[in-house]
Amino acid sequence: MFKSSEFKSKELEADATTQPMSDTGSLERHARFSRHQRDSKRTRFLRQCGWDIYLGALIIGVCLVAALFGPNLAPHDPAMLHPRDRLAPPSLTYPLGTDNLGRDIASRMLHGARLSLGIASLTALLIMMIGVSVGLVSGYLGGLVDDIIMRVVDTLLAFPSLIISLAIIGMLGPGMVHAVIGLLSVWWVSYARVVRGLVLSLKTQPYIESVRALGASDARIVIKHILPQIIPAVLVLLSLEIGQLILALAGLGFLGLGAQPPTAEWGAMINDGRRFLQSAPQLMIIPGVVIGGCVLGFNLLGDGLRDVLDTKST
Amino acid sequence: MAFVTRLLQLIPVWLAISLLAFGLGHLTPGDPARLVAAQLSDGPPSNELVARVRTELGLDKPLPIQYVYWLGNIVQGDWGTSFRTGNAVLTELVRRFPATLRLAALAFVISVVVAPTLGVLAALYKGSVIDQFSRLLALVGASLPSFWLAFMLIIVFSVNLKWLPVSGQGSWQHLILPATSLSLISLPSLMRLTRSSLLDVLQEDYLRTAQAKGLRQRWVILKHALRNAFIPVVTVAGMSLGHLLGGAAIIEIVFAYPGVGKFLIDSIGNRDYPVIQAYVLFLGTIFVVINLLIDVVYTLLDPRISLDQKHAQHV
Repeated sequence: MFKSSEFKSKELEADATTQPMSDTGSLERHARFSRHQRDSKRTRFLRQCGWDIYLGALIIGVCLVAALFGPNLAPHDPAMLHPRDRLAPPSLTYPLGTDNLGRDIASRMLHGARLSLGIASLTALLIMMIGVSVGLVSGYLGGLVDDIIMRVVDTLLAFPSLIISLAIIGMLGPGMVHAVIGLLSVWWVSYARVVRGLVLSLKTQPYIESVRALGASDARIVIKHILPQIIPAVLVLLSLEIGQLILALAGLGFLGLGAQPPTAEWGAMINDGRRFLQSAPQLMIIPGVVIGGCVLGFNLLGDGLRDVLDTKST
Repeated sequence: MAFVTRLLQLIPVWLAISLLAFGLGHLTPGDPARLVAAQLSDGPPSNELVARVRTELGLDKPLPIQYVYWLGNIVQGDWGTSFRTGNAVLTELVRRFPATLRLAALAFVISVVVAPTLGVLAALYKGSVIDQFSRLLALVGASLPSFWLAFMLIIVFSVNLKWLPVSGQGSWQHLILPATSLSLISLPSLMRLTRSSLLDVLQEDYLRTAQAKGLRQRWVILKHALRNAFIPVVTVAGMSLGHLLGGAAIIEIVFAYPGVGKFLIDSIGNRDYPVIQAYVLFLGTIFVVINLLIDVVYTLLDPRISLDQKHAQHV
């Protein structure tokens, strides 16, 4: 059915030192082993990167170009109505066709890229800052502070994050700023939890003890000796969270709770296309495929980095 | 006994959720008393009316007192009145909840049948076609917006093939597309978790012992490996039930499916604040119950864990 070698995980296979050098691959392994030793840290990292990281980085690169230069690349004004060319098929003038109001879909997608990716990245950075700070404080200080923070985290984690975000946005009223506030107020908890766990395990390490014995202050220990250790895990989370945030923002846009019309936003564009589900399905298909592609890029990068950096973060 | 203790431990969690729901009520822009008074009068409310509403609702009292009043009403079943329908919010929610539960339950069944099956197959035949396929499915599934996939399913199965209804509720056919697209919320992650969990368990020493002892391969897998590999899967599956109930909101909108989620979104559009507040408390209460059930299933699956022991649930 299967051989015992299949039991071994990827990590074990990669670790050449633990492999018996008996079969035909031993020479090759030996070669890899010695190269392994000669390599600098950076080239080793680069060689460990699989196709997923490269593909993810490529997709994100394309997205970034679209976000940075999109408005300059766009052939038309995204809000410009072309009443004579409503629901036009793709052509040289309108690369992806036009929507029901005769607006150029390609231009709207390009403008939407800046909005969606910009807001998602900004929100992800804010979430990261809040989550990492809370996690550091909670894990390092421990005691009552930790108890209180973790109680809040557990309560928020008891809910699907979307529900509280929806409720907060519902109370504040629709709009992009409120949507970001709604997402911010819940999403930091996963970071806080991961970072706290890492800090708890790092705190008791001998090197931290010795730095403390040398008289380093708490702030110095946290910033110079603990923070650098948790950066890999945080980077993995950041990449995965940007993807999830793009999805969440698209969902809010679809529900009419995010960007307000006539702003070109990907989720809102899917909603706009609803009435033309039968006659012009491309109005919905295009934004969905682009959203999915972007998120795929961030997921590939995040997963790939997690494998290489070997962080147990989720 | 352990069960009762566990039940009592849930009270502070529920109180924390109620505090959250109470706090939400104070996020509304403007004066809540004026808001309620505006619902009672035709034109803009007079200042006397606003003042009277303020005293009647206890809004002139300090916040902790207001919370105790509010909690007292909640416990007695008075969860507020919907601005839009004029009915008691709790009645409205209870009336719509079975529809959402049906939808989430079917989506749950789909994910807990498909995900572990594919996950186990992928782990057992690591690197095979089925492994590649399920990993691709997990990756793409986790990247697509679930509501968008719902529309794609509508385009294929309702508009073009005309096999299933586009929207609404009534027959079992109405549930298939919404439940399938909803299951996408939990299916990919559950599948990946099963795969990695089983791969981890398969290299444990006790499995090698079982093999060395001459047990049949299939028996080793079924009896020893799966039982342990499924422990984290059960936790995450249980948690996903909550996420399915909550995530149903957006899918209910797509299919015009009359559950609590659509009620919430419609209420947000109409600034029906009491509904939003009550919805959070309502689902929160249900999540607390679900968590209790997960703990019970956990003890059945893993005798090392008992209910009175506090166990870490992070996976």
